[in-house]
Amino acid sequence: MSNRPLSNHWIIALKVLVHAACLAPVAWLIVHAVQNNLGPDPTAAVTFFTGRGTLRLLVLSLAITPVRRLITPLAPSFTSIIRFRRMLGLYAFFYGSLHLLTYVWLYAGFKLHAMIDDIARRRFITAGLTAWVLMVPLALTSTTWSIRKLGGKNWNRLHRLAYISAIAGIVHYWWGVKPGVNTPSTITLVLFVLLAARPILSWWSRRKAPANSLPRATQSG
Amino acid sequence: MPIRKPNDIPWSEITPKFVYLNRRAFMAGAVTAGTAAIVGKRIASVLAPAASVHADTKLTTVKSPLSLTGEQPTSYQDITHYNNFYEFGANKDDPARNAGRLKTRPWTVSVEGHVKSPQKFDIDTLLKLRPLEERIYRHRCVEAWSMVIPWVGYSLSELIQQCQPLPSAKYIQFLSLADYSQMPGLSQVSLNWPYSEGLRMDEAMHPLTLLTFGLYGETLPNQDGAPVRVVVPWKYGFKSAKSIVKIKFVDKQPHTTWNEMAPNEYGFYSNVNPNVDHPRWSQKTERRIGASLFSQRQPTLMFNGYGDQVAKLYTGLDLKKNF
Repeated sequence: MSNRPLSNHWIIALKVLVHAACLAPVAWLIVHAVQNNLGPDPTAAVTFFTGRGTLRLLVLSLAITPVRRLITPLAPSFTSIIRFRRMLGLYAFFYGSLHLLTYVWLYAGFKLHAMIDDIARRRFITAGLTAWVLMVPLALTSTTWSIRKLGGKNWNRLHRLAYISAIAGIVHYWWGVKPGVNTPSTITLVLFVLLAARPILSWWSRRKAPANSLPRATQSG
Repeated sequence: MPIRKPNDIPWSEITPKFVYLNRRAFMAGAVTAGTAAIVGKRIASVLAPAASVHADTKLTTVKSPLSLTGEQPTSYQDITHYNNFYEFGANKDDPARNAGRLKTRPWTVSVEGHVKSPQKFDIDTLLKLRPLEERIYRHRCVEAWSMVIPWVGYSLSELIQQCQPLPSAKYIQFLSLADYSQMPGLSQVSLNWPYSEGLRMDEAMHPLTLLTFGLYGETLPNQDGAPVRVVVPWKYGFKSAKSIVKIKFVDKQPHTTWNEMAPNEYGFYSNVNPNVDHPRWSQKTERRIGASLFSQRQPTLMFNGYGDQVAKLYTGLDLKKNF
């Protein structure tokens, strides 16, 4: 195994793969929607497809940093995984926006008063909208220019909102299903592990640092 | 020249099974086969489902004036692959996948409580108690989706009269089977099993309330509540208990499963009512199962369109309070 970060050739090839993996399900969804082939309840199928996609991508993007910190000491080229985090985050926002569009179009029928009514009275819709709104500034400041402009520290602080957004998304999922139904438990557990991993990993590396003079892998947030 | 309307003839007589098994299923099978691996088996299994679990014993039926006319029944494929039957799992496609394990023979329904002659009915005795009718009913789920289903059965009142309830019997309670060896959903869904539902005596005696043994002219597929269930077409679907093993005549309003779980979301009455929202969504409209993505929504009717027959049961009752 190489001791250096992956070469740009590899990164480009892998990025093409990640783009394909993120876009293929959307293409599949559109083709099936056009063919009227989304099963007995197409509205619900689109809702769950885009909603689960959002949460999975968001959690995946949040997993990048802790996984990188864990694995890079064993396989230094793994450090390059950080270069996929922005993509995954933006795809989470893309899926989240499709999910929101599903609601605005197929549930509220573009009726503003119906939407305001829902947001005011239905906490699961409020939670879902919160999750999406929190992703907006993150998507807007996802450019390299924004990172430079804000400075790494501020940018990092701002982008911790991704965790709040994910929590709001999970709450939205739990409040959306019937009480007694446990389908959101897997994704909830994964998010919980990721939330716990951050402080645990920091504590662990701080503990190890004095005894072990090896330089730590550079952190990007 | 006399022309018979299609709905003069029971579905079992005119529709060959391969037709009502839904054209979509054949095409979906081919199209999704390639993409299934990528997209994940959950979605794919909705679209290219396994062969349906059903006991396809033909039932002889007579027509009923209580049957709906002028609405196209939902396909057999959708009725048998889009189910809320939590004893077999919480997802809509779980019951079709898991209900095959359910043994529906032998089966007894025990009738007890405030009744002159408590007795245990063998399912085949129950099936032959009265002539079976085909009743095409609207079915409205509390989750804001709906179907049109050609059920087979006879009015529950026929059985009730046979059992001679005492004057003290004010309500009727239905208890569903809860057998952990046959029903994997029991341990996955945190509800208070066995599933319990109930009706006021006058609701149970209403001729629309159907003791149901089949659909589309055949015995009920397991995932639709085999071998016997009730269907109360003017109430949200969860009121219509499936796979019933016990019918109890009681003097007080019985506890009911979803009401116990979330009393603010599922009332005891749960009459279909577009003017009373579910806390989490509006009940003004519904998604018709099987319709295309952009034409799924249609208005929900008061009492699911059965107001003429049942509204008089509720005169003087505040339907907003007693939702």
